[in-house]
Amino acid sequence: MHGKQIAAVLALGASLVACGSTPTAEKAAESGGGDRGPITFASGKFEAEATQKIVDAWNAAHPDQKVTSVLLPESADEQRRKLIQNAQTKSDSFDVILIDAVWTSEFAANRWADELTGQRFDVTGFLPPSIETGKYRGKLYAMPLFTGTGLLYYRKDLVEQPPRTWDEMKKICAEVLPKQKGMSCYGGQFDKYEGLTVNFAEVINSAGGRFLDDSGRPQLTSDAAKQGARFLADGFKSGLIPKEAITYKEEEGRVAFQEGKLLFYRNWAYMYENASKTDGSSKVNGKFDVAPIPGLTGPGAGTLGGNNLAVSSFSKHKETAKDFIAFVTSAEQEKAFALINSTPLARASLYEDPELIKKYPYLPALKDAILAAKPRPAAVKYGDVTAAIQESAYAIVSGTKPADQALTELQSALGPLLK
Amino acid sequence: MVTLTEERRPVATGPGRRRREVARGQSWLAAAMLSPTLVVLALVVFYPLVAALRESFYTSGETLDADGFVVEGERFSGLANYAGVVSERFLNAAFNTTLFTVVTVLLEVVLGVAMALVMNRAFRGRAVLRASILIPWAVPTAVSGLMWKWIFQADGVANTLLGTEILWTAEGVYAKLAVIVADTWKTAPFVGLLVLAGLQIIPREVYEAARVDGASPRQTFWRITLPLVKPALLVAVLFRLMDALRIFDLPYVLIGPRKHSVETLSGLIWDEATRVHYGPASAYGTALFVYIALIAFVFVKLLGADLLSDVRAREKETADAA
Repeated sequence: MHGKQIAAVLALGASLVACGSTPTAEKAAESGGGDRGPITFASGKFEAEATQKIVDAWNAAHPDQKVTSVLLPESADEQRRKLIQNAQTKSDSFDVILIDAVWTSEFAANRWADELTGQRFDVTGFLPPSIETGKYRGKLYAMPLFTGTGLLYYRKDLVEQPPRTWDEMKKICAEVLPKQKGMSCYGGQFDKYEGLTVNFAEVINSAGGRFLDDSGRPQLTSDAAKQGARFLADGFKSGLIPKEAITYKEEEGRVAFQEGKLLFYRNWAYMYENASKTDGSSKVNGKFDVAPIPGLTGPGAGTLGGNNLAVSSFSKHKETAKDFIAFVTSAEQEKAFALINSTPLARASLYEDPELIKKYPYLPALKDAILAAKPRPAAVKYGDVTAAIQESAYAIVSGTKPADQALTELQSALGPLLK
Repeated sequence: MVTLTEERRPVATGPGRRRREVARGQSWLAAAMLSPTLVVLALVVFYPLVAALRESFYTSGETLDADGFVVEGERFSGLANYAGVVSERFLNAAFNTTLFTVVTVLLEVVLGVAMALVMNRAFRGRAVLRASILIPWAVPTAVSGLMWKWIFQADGVANTLLGTEILWTAEGVYAKLAVIVADTWKTAPFVGLLVLAGLQIIPREVYEAARVDGASPRQTFWRITLPLVKPALLVAVLFRLMDALRIFDLPYVLIGPRKHSVETLSGLIWDEATRVHYGPASAYGTALFVYIALIAFVFVKLLGADLLSDVRAREKETADAA
């Protein structure tokens, strides 16, 4: 009781101080007062430089509501563990959290993230698929910051026109590869980890199948789904996909592409910067381009990736946290972000900005790809869902189970998880 | 000398009645003074065990309410979490753990003893050799895992040297082999170090006597070196057994999580815990604890008892002689 009184007095004091300084703080006093104050922003290591610049811009304008950024581990699995541990101990050490696009359901359903309401969160101007990843049961829990999907990197010095279908790709490979020693046709991320879920959902959707139907039930026994899975199984069997691709994560495959071992490689937009380096680390700089990934009968549907910003339910200064999210995702700040970092952002206008297109020529291709992209299955128990998908998909790519059988097993495994 | 021994072990050696009373008083005082430490130890050592045991009987966060929120709170679920102990995945993990333990400990004992024998020789540059043999042990496991991952990757050193195209870091028997090689490389020096310590307390005269009697080097090794170094070797094997039974980081870094051919019990527990299945994770944790405790108990009973009685006998001899 005593502690609470002290906290209330302190909060009142803080809001009074805040009142005197900025106009935004007055609104806080109206909406209940003590929700403003210094906050911490748990962000990714990958974007540290750009993040710090945005944080500095905020801090300069809001000296009484300072934001401190905390860097989370690089790998998505580690980040998730850290954030979940934090939430389960109801710790207030993070206020604004950067969560992967597929975690929204889990964080919302467990009440680890607050719903985002009000005019601050105007979703017009964002790419529609990326906004969907921030929603759980129709309500917005996270604002999209980064977004992105798979792109097909290809050697423009060897390929005139990028393939639109898998058959076209096979034809091009049959023509080009005999003259290229030590080069394979196609690669993606096929090691047993989250990247496999992404690649697997991609071939199912690109074959015209639907991973999930409109009511959220898995649809993995359809003919199209089978054709998608067979593309991978046959690809490994026939050598279209090199057998070491089963050990590829993003980086292993990127290195293989940069060393000229792959004609086509599926990866995220971030790789464009690495592969264009002129310091000798890339043998393919200036020799490659990107296109939307191919599919069975026409351009494929990539899997939607990305990171969203959410307010931790255990934050003590939620109003500041919400303001900060609105600030980071504003058109102005997202552009500033994009100028420093090649990770693609969620606002549609950035993909038509001449200054940015000059810097990242792949933006128009990427925009088309994102608009055609499909999300991974949204699930409260996403950890179980992705584990089940990886289990079956790995059996398919490693050839230990026939594709059709693995799909049937996956269909029944996912049923109870995607209720 | 006598007083020294008495102070250390007052109850066992004190012959007189008065002395025994004094000793008892001292032991009470010692117990009283140690009690804060014991309380802290109980909290630190036993509380987590008990908490994990309790957790293994509960489930949480399994159901959603009408608005789609997870229903909070835990539910007693009896032995449901332990049902997984007979699942294929758990048995596979238990098999892998046991296999890695048996194979790596055997290899490490052989290599470790060999290393110790080399290190024990007097020759120029011995210090440098000793230090270099210990390097693998000094490298953190996660780092050595990464190192071996580069060696074993598709276009890595291992394939270049062997002239093969084996995918060591995918699934299968080669993944198992990769883990065994990397683990042996890393921990054989540990066995070597402990055995070396054992070798150095063997009196030189014993070997001289053997030489005078005309013993061959082979006889010297089997009849003198090995029996005399046995206590140190047993301690090393016990440590390695317990370490190997809970192996986690090496397969995780080298091959990756959730790969059946190298998934160990610790890996399985980690995977369940990260998917927020704390109930099953605790149940498997308890099972692993029981398994390790059992192995350690059997080991000490079969071989260690011998070792302890040996020490006791030697202490008694010293006391009597004094």
